Amino acid sequence: MTVIDVRGLRKDFTVRVKAGRFRREARTVAAVDGVDLAVEAGEMLGYIGPNGAGKSTTLKMLTGVLYPSAGHVRVCGLEPVPRRTRLARRIGVVFGQRSQLWWDLPLRESFELLRHVYRVPATDHRTRLKWYRDLLDLDAFADLPVRQLSLGQRMRGELTAALLHGPEVLFLDEPTIGLDVVSKQAVRGFLADLRDAGDTTVVLTTHDLADIERLCRRLVVIDHGRVVHDGTLERLHERYGSRRRVVVDLDEPLATPVDLPGATVESVSADGLRISYALDSATAGALVARLAAVASLRDISVVEPDIEDVVARLYRA
Amino acid sequence: MRPVTATVARPDMTTLRMYAAVAAAEFRRYATYRQAMVAAMFTNSVFGFLRCFVLLAVAGGAAGGAAAGYPRDRLATYVWIGQGLLGTVNIWSPPELAERIRTGDVVADLLRPVNPVMAYLAADLGRFGYAAVTRLVIPIAVGAVAFDLYAPAHPVTYPLFVGSVLCATVVCFACRYLVNATAYWLLDSRGPQIGWVAVSSALSGMAFPLAFLPAPLTTALYLATPLPYLIQVPADVLVERHPPATMAAMVAGQVAWAAVMLAAARLVQRRAERRVVIQGG
Ligand SMILES: Nc1ncnc2c1ncn2[C@@H]1O[C@H](COP(=O)(O)OP(=O)(O)OP(=O)(O)O)[C@@H](O)[C@H]1O
Ligand SMILES: [Mg+2]
Repeated sequence: MTVIDVRGLRKDFTVRVKAGRFRREARTVAAVDGVDLAVEAGEMLGYIGPNGAGKSTTLKMLTGVLYPSAGHVRVCGLEPVPRRTRLARRIGVVFGQRSQLWWDLPLRESFELLRHVYRVPATDHRTRLKWYRDLLDLDAFADLPVRQLSLGQRMRGELTAALLHGPEVLFLDEPTIGLDVVSKQAVRGFLADLRDAGDTTVVLTTHDLADIERLCRRLVVIDHGRVVHDGTLERLHERYGSRRRVVVDLDEPLATPVDLPGATVESVSADGLRISYALDSATAGALVARLAAVASLRDISVVEPDIEDVVARLYRA
Repeated sequence: MRPVTATVARPDMTTLRMYAAVAAAEFRRYATYRQAMVAAMFTNSVFGFLRCFVLLAVAGGAAGGAAAGYPRDRLATYVWIGQGLLGTVNIWSPPELAERIRTGDVVADLLRPVNPVMAYLAADLGRFGYAAVTRLVIPIAVGAVAFDLYAPAHPVTYPLFVGSVLCATVVCFACRYLVNATAYWLLDSRGPQIGWVAVSSALSGMAFPLAFLPAPLTTALYLATPLPYLIQVPADVLVERHPPATMAAMVAGQVAWAAVMLAAARLVQRRAERRVVIQGG
C-alpha cells in the first residue's frame, strides 16, 4: 500500500531582495522543484540532501503545515493541508529544532496532555508509554519540566510524544542533531526496533549519514529541490563507482605483481609491504586466495565504500 | 509498536475532556509563576490608588459629587474592579502567539489534531481560572481596605458578573488572537500590538468610564466595536449602573461579540494556514 504519494510537488518562495537604494525586488526561489515520491507502508526512507536542498520544506508540505505551490500530495490517502487535523491523528512528527512538548510542565504531564489531545484510550496510552519508557529510558527524567531537560533527553521525549498516538507515518527532521554518541545510538537503536516492528512508515531526514547507513534501505537524495537519487545505498555506490577495497600487509614485497581480473591495484606503500586493491567484479575471497598462493599474508582488511564520500560526490555533481 | 489498533473516539465527551485537560495544564503553568503574580499585583495596586485618586478628584469637582452619573463609592469600585479585570480579562497579554508565528514554533500547534483557535482558547480559560482567584480578587480586596466600595444590592448581580467576566475574557481572547495573527502576514506584529494597547486602554473603559465621552461616541463604541465589552460592561454590572434587565442585555451583547470575534479568529486562522509560510527550517 502506498502511504505517501507525491507527484510534481513544488514550493516557490517569494523573497524580497534589495535592488538599489530604495527598490526591493521580488524574486522567486524554487525550494522544492518537482519532487516525485512514493513510499510504501512499513518503509523507512532516508531523505537527504545538502543544506537548503528543500528537505524541511518537503516535510512541511507532507505534514500539512505548508501549502504546496503545485503538485499532487497524498499522505494516508489524505490531502495534507485541507485535511490537516484528520491527518494529524495518523502521523507523528519530530522537527529536531522545535519542541512539541509543554515547556513548563514535567515531561510526564506533556504525555498525559497528548493523550487527551489525540484522544487515545487510557489503556492504549499506558501500553505504549510503558514500551517507550523502557526503550528510551525515560524514567530518569520524566518528572523534570521540559525546559530543564538536556537536548538528548528532550529528543527522547519528543520521539515518544510523536509516537504515543500510534501514528501510521512518522516524519523525522534531523532527530539526532546535536546529540552525543550515546544518545545518537539510543535513538538509532530505537528507530531500528521501530523499523523491524514494521508497522510504522518512517521518513528520516538527517545530515548524519551513519543514521542512514544503519537504518534506511532506501535513500532519496534531493538537491536544489529535485530528486537526484532514489534507490538503495548500494545503487548509489554503483552509480558513482565507489568500490570496496582490500588492503593486504605482506611479510615480503611481491616478486611480480599479482593480476586478477576485476581487481586493480590502487596503491602500494614505499616498502612494498602494503598493497591496496579496489574491487570491481572480483570478490575479496578470490583476491585473497590468489595472493595467499604467492605470498605470505600478515594481515587483511576489507574496507566498505564510504557513504560520506559518495554523498559528497553526489552533492558536488 | 501499535499494540492496540482501534483508537475509537467518542467525540463529545472526549473533546470536552481534552479542552479541560489543556485548560488545567495552563492553570498549573500559571500557578508555578507566583513571583510574577505578586509583582503584577503590587504594580496593579499602585496604579489602582493613582487612578482612584484622580477619578475621585474629578467627582469631587463635579456637581453633586458624581462624575458622569457615578457616585463616589461606585467610582472607587469601578476603578478597583477595572484593576482586577485588567489581569483577568488580560487585555495586555504578552504576544506569545505572534512570537511563535515569527519563530516558526507555531508548527507544533498546527501539527495537533485540534483547531488552534479552540486549543488556545481552552488554554486561556485555564489561565482565566487561575487569574479569577488571584488577580481579580486581590485588587478588589486592596481597594476595599483603603476606600468605601459599593456592595451590589441585587443578588442576581453576582452570577451576572461572573458570566460577564467570562464573556469579556473570551471576547478579549479573540481580539488578541486577531492582533497576534497579523504576524502570519507581517511577521513583525509590533505595530498592531501597540495599536491594540492604545485603543484597548483608552476605549474599553479601562482608563476611565466611557460615560465620560460624548454620548454619540460612546454609543458608536458599543454598537460597532467589541471594546466596551472588555472592561466597561463587567465593571458596570458589578456597580449596578443600570437595572438588572438592562445589564443582562449587555451581557447578551457580550455573548454575541464573543461569537462574532471567535468566528473571525477562526476564519483568519484558516486563511493564514492556506496562504502563509511557516518560518524556519
Ligand atoms: N520561509 C521561507 N522564505 C523564503 N525562503 C525559504 C523559506 N523557507 C525556506 N526557504 C528556502 O527554501 C530552500 C529550502 O529550504 P529547506 O529549509 O527546505 O532546506 P533543507 O533541505 O531543510 O536544509 P537544511 O539541511 O539546512 O535544514 C532554501 O533555499 C531556503 O532558503
Ligand atoms: Mg531542514
